[in-house]
Amino acid sequence: MILVETAITDIETGKAATIIKLSGGYTFQRRLRTMGVREGKIIRVITKHPLNGPLVVEVENRKTTIGRRMAQRIMVEV
Amino acid sequence: MKKIVLMGNPNVGKSVVFSRLTGAQVIASNYPGTTVDFSKGKMRLDGDLVEIVDAPGTYSLESSNKAEEVAVKMLGKADLIVNVIDATNLERNLFLTLELLESKKPVVVALNMWDETKHLGINIDVEKLEQFLKVPVMPMVALTGEGVNELVGRFNSACAPEGMKTKSEEERWVEIGHIIKKVQHVTHRHHTIWDMIADATIKPATGMPIAIITILISFWIVRNIGENLIGYVFEPLFDLYTPFAMSMSNWLGHGFLHDLFIGKLIDGEIEYVESMGLLTTGLFVPFGMVLPYIIAFYLMLAVLEDSGYLPRLATLMDTLFHKLGMHGHGIVPVFLGLGCNVPGALSIRTMETRKQRFISATLMAISVPCMAQIAMIFGILGPHDLVYVLMVFVTLMMIYVLVGLTLNRYVMGESPEIFLEIPPYRMPSAITILKKTWMRIRWFLTEAIPFLFLGVLIVNVLYAIGFLEWLGVLFAPITEGWLGLPKEATAALLVGFLRKDLAIGMLLPLGMTAMQLVIAATILTIYFPCVATFAVLLKELGVRDMIKSMVIMIVTALSVGGAMNFILIGA
Repeated sequence: MILVETAITDIETGKAATIIKLSGGYTFQRRLRTMGVREGKIIRVITKHPLNGPLVVEVENRKTTIGRRMAQRIMVEV
Repeated sequence: MKKIVLMGNPNVGKSVVFSRLTGAQVIASNYPGTTVDFSKGKMRLDGDLVEIVDAPGTYSLESSNKAEEVAVKMLGKADLIVNVIDATNLERNLFLTLELLESKKPVVVALNMWDETKHLGINIDVEKLEQFLKVPVMPMVALTGEGVNELVGRFNSACAPEGMKTKSEEERWVEIGHIIKKVQHVTHRHHTIWDMIADATIKPATGMPIAIITILISFWIVRNIGENLIGYVFEPLFDLYTPFAMSMSNWLGHGFLHDLFIGKLIDGEIEYVESMGLLTTGLFVPFGMVLPYIIAFYLMLAVLEDSGYLPRLATLMDTLFHKLGMHGHGIVPVFLGLGCNVPGALSIRTMETRKQRFISATLMAISVPCMAQIAMIFGILGPHDLVYVLMVFVTLMMIYVLVGLTLNRYVMGESPEIFLEIPPYRMPSAITILKKTWMRIRWFLTEAIPFLFLGVLIVNVLYAIGFLEWLGVLFAPITEGWLGLPKEATAALLVGFLRKDLAIGMLLPLGMTAMQLVIAATILTIYFPCVATFAVLLKELGVRDMIKSMVIMIVTALSVGGAMNFILIGA
């Protein structure tokens, strides 16, 4: 199986992927992690809002709304 | 006195635990960031009085907004920390727990929402967790009170865990991973039909129509409850009161005292809105016109808050609010502000940057009328036609968006994106809702009504000494010339600083046309916040930003008023 690294924003709605890397500032990364978005977790895209709106993602049965540019810093593999 | 501080992530139920411990009533809701400042209470612990502090929620000890800063400050003063954890969300909650353990303070962990773990298929080995954390861990359900006494029982045995080293963030996560592996077991759970319905409320295609319908239904319910309370409860009460007020009027005869207490009789009768006496208008505006809508609004708001719908609405509104320099969380000051601008102004603390706080505070002050004001707008414009009421609200909404777009362009600073946890839907409990509504109504009765009395008093005094007439003449070029309103309307603008509901009531005797009333009601919303809101905004924004904000308010009021005069009346 070939693993492809991509941003969570490129994952289709309804599909899940594994988080492999977070980028961006230190504070931002910590906030992501403390809200459950961490390396190794399975993340599912519930919806992407149009006009570059936020994504709603689900990690371990918990939903979080994340702005589009922030979400681009969550790298996943499928 | 010993100080016990409640700490935990946002929306884990700290405020409910606080109420359980102290018996004090504080507002708790099902969305993150309800508590923006700490509340203090007292409880008895083995005969000694101890102080309990409810800190705002924080994800870690490195704060990212003002509310979190408050939480971190509270930690330094604590003799004992009660770390409230959402048991359904153990892993990420443990990050703060580990940080707290490293602070070398005695800690007790309250594993809240224990009941929900069962149907989510989460199994936590509490004993093992205690061994890992080396501090007492107590499962509990704060909403029902289950486990509260047991938690309190562990307060005295708590001591700072030994051998806790300061760890790096990465080390903490490694340790958490290790703990979770050993103490938590999760049975996989399939998505149910309820999950699909819940998801539909947050997806744009289905969520938007649902949001519009929800808001319309909410307003319809508020209006119906409000009208029925007036028609069947409050008006009949005033009918009973009228003969008493009339005999009072006869007894007082003519003169200043009569004007002060009863006001002017119109065709020999008391007109509750227009007479402007302490015992007539002073009672009728708050109880006969405003209170019924306040009750209705806060009941509805409590249902929306406790169900967990607001964070979903924030998500749906995010794209629009981002264009206005804020993010979706900006709906919280709007919703709270619709009840009363004071809590609305306090809630801007949850916004991360100065730019966001400035914009959301200014926009709320400009175009979010409080329920007291809305009730009065319905009261004076409703009899003409509901279209006029609608005109006021549509104008205000347009101003919110237009001023927001402008401010976003010209206010310097960052506007970070939304980053919001979406709590699960919960069935609101009737008792909690009634309690919360009562707390907010009590606030209205004790804080707002004195101002209203003061307003009536000042109007009478200023009228008697001729100040209001002088002021009217002074500002006539603006009121008459620019806004197309009678010059006596200046008095209403003056009173609006104190209470906007009373100010709108003062427009009634001026014999204005419906269009003029629309303009006056709109300007009264925009031009300046009431003094109570002003005080909070000044504290939250600081003097410099408050002055800027005030300039924006006055400029907006004058330009919108002039434009409306031109378009609606054609001056």
